[in-house]
Amino acid sequence: MHNFDEIVHAASAAFAATDDPDALEQIKATYLGRNGRVTELLKGLAKLPPDERKTAGAAINRSKDAVEAALNARREALRQMALAARLAEEALDVTLPGRGQARGGLHPVTRTLERIEGLFRSIGFDVADGPEIEADFQNFTALNTPADHPARSMHDTFYLQDTAGGVAEGVLLRTHTSPIQVRYMQAHVARYADRKKMPEIRVIAPGRVYRVDSDATHSPMFHQVEGLWIGEQVSFADLKGVIGDFLRRFFESDDLQVRFRPSFFPFTEPSAEIDMAFMSGALKGRWLEIAGCGMVHPNVLRHVNIDPEQYIGFAFGMGPDRLTMLRYGVNDLRLFYDGDLRFLRQFV
Amino acid sequence: MKFSESWLRSFVDPACSGHEFSHLLTMAGLEVEAEETVAPRFDQVVVAQVLSVDKHPGADRLNVCRVDVGSGEPLQIVCGAPNAAVGIKVPCALPGAELPGGFRIKVAKVRGVESSGMLCSARELGIAEDAAGLLLLAADAPVGEDIRRHLDLDDRLLTLKLTPNRADCLSLEGVAREVAALTGTPARFTEVAEVEVTLTTERAVVLDAPAACPCYCGRVIAGVDGTAATPAWMRRRLERSGLRPISALVDITNYVMLELGQPLHAFDNSRLHGAIHARMAQAGETISLLNEQTLTLQPDILLISDAQRPVAMAGIMGDEASGITPATTEVFLESAFFAPAAIAGRARRYGFVSDASHRFERGVDFAGTRRALERATRLVIDICGGQAGPVSEASASLPARQPVRLRPARVAKVLGLPLTAERIGELFTRLALPFSRDGQDFVVTPPSYRFDIEIEEDLIEEIARLHGYENIPSAAPQAVLTMLPQTEQARPLARVRQILADCGYQEVVNFAFVEEAWEADFAGNAQLIRLANPIASHLSVMRSSLIGGLVANVATNLKRRQNRVRVFETGRCFFRDPQGGPVAGFHQPWKLTALAYGTALPEQWGGAARQVDFFDLKGDLETLLAPLVARFEKAEHPALHPGRCARVLVAGKGIGFVGELHPQWQQKYELPLPAVLFELDLEALTTATLPHYAEVSRQPIVIRDMALVVDQALELQQLIDALSANRPTIVRDVRLFDVYAGRGVEAGKKSLAFRIVMQDTQKTLLEVEVEAAMQQMVAYLEDTFAAQLRV
Repeated sequence: MHNFDEIVHAASAAFAATDDPDALEQIKATYLGRNGRVTELLKGLAKLPPDERKTAGAAINRSKDAVEAALNARREALRQMALAARLAEEALDVTLPGRGQARGGLHPVTRTLERIEGLFRSIGFDVADGPEIEADFQNFTALNTPADHPARSMHDTFYLQDTAGGVAEGVLLRTHTSPIQVRYMQAHVARYADRKKMPEIRVIAPGRVYRVDSDATHSPMFHQVEGLWIGEQVSFADLKGVIGDFLRRFFESDDLQVRFRPSFFPFTEPSAEIDMAFMSGALKGRWLEIAGCGMVHPNVLRHVNIDPEQYIGFAFGMGPDRLTMLRYGVNDLRLFYDGDLRFLRQFV
Repeated sequence: MKFSESWLRSFVDPACSGHEFSHLLTMAGLEVEAEETVAPRFDQVVVAQVLSVDKHPGADRLNVCRVDVGSGEPLQIVCGAPNAAVGIKVPCALPGAELPGGFRIKVAKVRGVESSGMLCSARELGIAEDAAGLLLLAADAPVGEDIRRHLDLDDRLLTLKLTPNRADCLSLEGVAREVAALTGTPARFTEVAEVEVTLTTERAVVLDAPAACPCYCGRVIAGVDGTAATPAWMRRRLERSGLRPISALVDITNYVMLELGQPLHAFDNSRLHGAIHARMAQAGETISLLNEQTLTLQPDILLISDAQRPVAMAGIMGDEASGITPATTEVFLESAFFAPAAIAGRARRYGFVSDASHRFERGVDFAGTRRALERATRLVIDICGGQAGPVSEASASLPARQPVRLRPARVAKVLGLPLTAERIGELFTRLALPFSRDGQDFVVTPPSYRFDIEIEEDLIEEIARLHGYENIPSAAPQAVLTMLPQTEQARPLARVRQILADCGYQEVVNFAFVEEAWEADFAGNAQLIRLANPIASHLSVMRSSLIGGLVANVATNLKRRQNRVRVFETGRCFFRDPQGGPVAGFHQPWKLTALAYGTALPEQWGGAARQVDFFDLKGDLETLLAPLVARFEKAEHPALHPGRCARVLVAGKGIGFVGELHPQWQQKYELPLPAVLFELDLEALTTATLPHYAEVSRQPIVIRDMALVVDQALELQQLIDALSANRPTIVRDVRLFDVYAGRGVEAGKKSLAFRIVMQDTQKTLLEVEVEAAMQQMVAYLEDTFAAQLRV
């Protein structure tokens, strides 16, 4: 019996003495191989008297199991050691920077336009677009501003040359996004011409507009967002509600005041200028012009064959450049059109 | 419209003042654009009279004055002003006074002589720049009176930014009328009585264009003194309204215009010949105006002419030759009503505006013509002397004032606020809008001074304005809820932009008007669309390509030491096109252009830096287009390197170009390295198709590689096209994975390595089938392109 225990001890000790998996397998052979010590003991069983064989056999098998267990434990230990060594060797300086392409970004005014579109879509506004070289008719006349109307001097309009070098008749760079109103209403009326009642018009129209004006607060090209809601029961009170709601959602703040004050646009009556003031922050208490708006003038509706007695609604035109400046604290409009990456990257 | 508040308050003097008053006007639609004070803060400065002036014993340039400040005992004041003289009246700061800037006056010794105060210049009081000497006051100025009161220095100057519909507020009386309506404080207007006619001289007036000039009044005033001085009170009011005093006669016409809103014109009567006609110009007629412009007139210009020649552009400006001079002794004073349509836009067409044209094109009170003439006559006689002749008046049909009906129910519908009939009546009364009732309705006849009340909505605006926009509630609108369509057959522009941003490009917005050279260089465009009135010559042509802007973005960013630039823009481009889109003659498609310059990746460790090249951009373009697959064919484009430029085709249709900027432009636009770019029609990118499921084959795929040596000049696309047309049915995909030229490959040849993916839809492929397919392809390529299998 003692002999068996001694073999198990010796084998365990021998296994433990090596760190090398190959050496371990060779040591294994000296115990469990064809001529190994345990194998020899088993071979010796035949020489034992039959009555001892059973107990001796059981004892040898126990020893064999014990040696194999010790071997497997050592194998596992060596695997763990090898893995640990490999892991240690493979360790990185995880503080080195990542590799690959950097992300670009959207223009800050695009961010604003996308938010405006999202907010108005959430109450069912469609988004429309229109030409930037616009017909005088859509830009002015259809908006109740005939030729020589003094309101035309409120817009310093860019005109085009004709091919002979004179001033082209009847076309201009749109001075506002309001002509999209006209085009949208015309299309809407045509689409529902066969219905007794047309569905409501709810649309915003963002875009670039042009005026002959260039200084620290004016760019000759800038953005506007036109809004239009025509239905059977749409009032000035609704206009106030929508604009107030929009500004609070856009700035994610109830901490602002909105005021409407009488103004004049040929295509709305009554008309209003919308001012906004923050109740805290750097601009606290200063009234800032945000938009012009009003109830759509009956003449504008008649121009597109909508009966102003049946349908009524409001329109507004706001300056997303201004909203962007207020939202992100930009202090110079010209930065938007300068292409300076140091500025633009801040909006990634 | 700029004016003095104290002048306004001589007509209507409500209790509110300062910012509260300005706010009231602003919230009524008369936006106060600027508020200024006439003088900064100072106190204890009074009217003083100099009693004596003696040389200072210790200083050549100083005088010692004795000054009466109305307190009994004269003060001794040392003064250095060159115009100090006995008898003059000047402002005197008393001991204890605080002058602008916090400067305190004390009793002090000046070079050994005691001085008890300071005699002041206009500049020392902060009311003018003039520092040449003491501010001389009128001889009748009461000694001892506070100078702020004497010169009305607590006055404020208000500038209104009037909207074009409110011509009625282009006068002090008009603003006063509005203030009276807003505050309920009654207004007192100038009493104008007819001046006694003491002269028989008359000049006939004839209306040759009665629609344009329906009413013309004029009269001769003889024996006037053209050199008479304008009284101080009138000068002050004119100056505080931003008008420069010129001569008493001219100043009077300006004063009455500001006071009553009626532009007047004074001719030197001795320069006129025969009757005055209001007539349309004959084409080509010329006139030399008071502003020294000589204009050639068009036939839609209304003229005032005498028997010989035009003497004024009616309602706009008089001519030089018949103008008032100091030698004038007889004036012919004009007060007329010119129809807005006859004046509108005319002055602007010739590049100027005048105070008169500004008013006439917006509408002048046609009932006030005669009153203004009498008012001006009175002032002329009072200030310049003379005798008035009878008024010559010619009139035709004045504008009609059609009654406008207002339905209280409509008020409620438009405003979302029901107002009682009593309230509406009250508001109309305050606005002095005469009305009658017809059942529920109000019938309003607009007054002659209002040109902005034609329809019901105009009256609703008046009601809303006076009721206060702030008193209209904010409502959450109610509407029928229906979902908006959301098509999957289109890709939103926002998504397209986001992909490019994710590929490392920064969006920019550039002006749509560009330098003319850009159109030639980057677009080869000879059909330019020029602006008639550009703000600058380098912003004078509408762009037909976005490339120029992006190239300029690179250049400016390089100057700011940003050496890696990846930018894109989406925007409309502009083309002359006889077909055109919604606006005849112009095609205005959206384009998307992206440009990369500098290293392919941001500077980073663990890899050699490499400059961005054609295939980087092509890769980004393919990412952007996916799932659409584009074909690329060698092409030429004015902006691009002829050997490194491809047309991009989707479904056989060209949608744009990708390539390297032409080295010629790289040099001209000062880019040290090549830039690579693509420009696409945005429409092609925003179309999308619905994915459609196809069954996934369960059979195993087999992959084989194949390397072929072909002519260097052979385009891959040719080979791929030929292969796809002739490939064995089991070949699913042929993918290029390596291109090699150099050692081991014959000169003028290149080796292309392909990965071939094979699969049968029904069964597992046999080795022999795979081999046969490979051999078939190789044999075909050997035959067609003289390709050799590389072993």
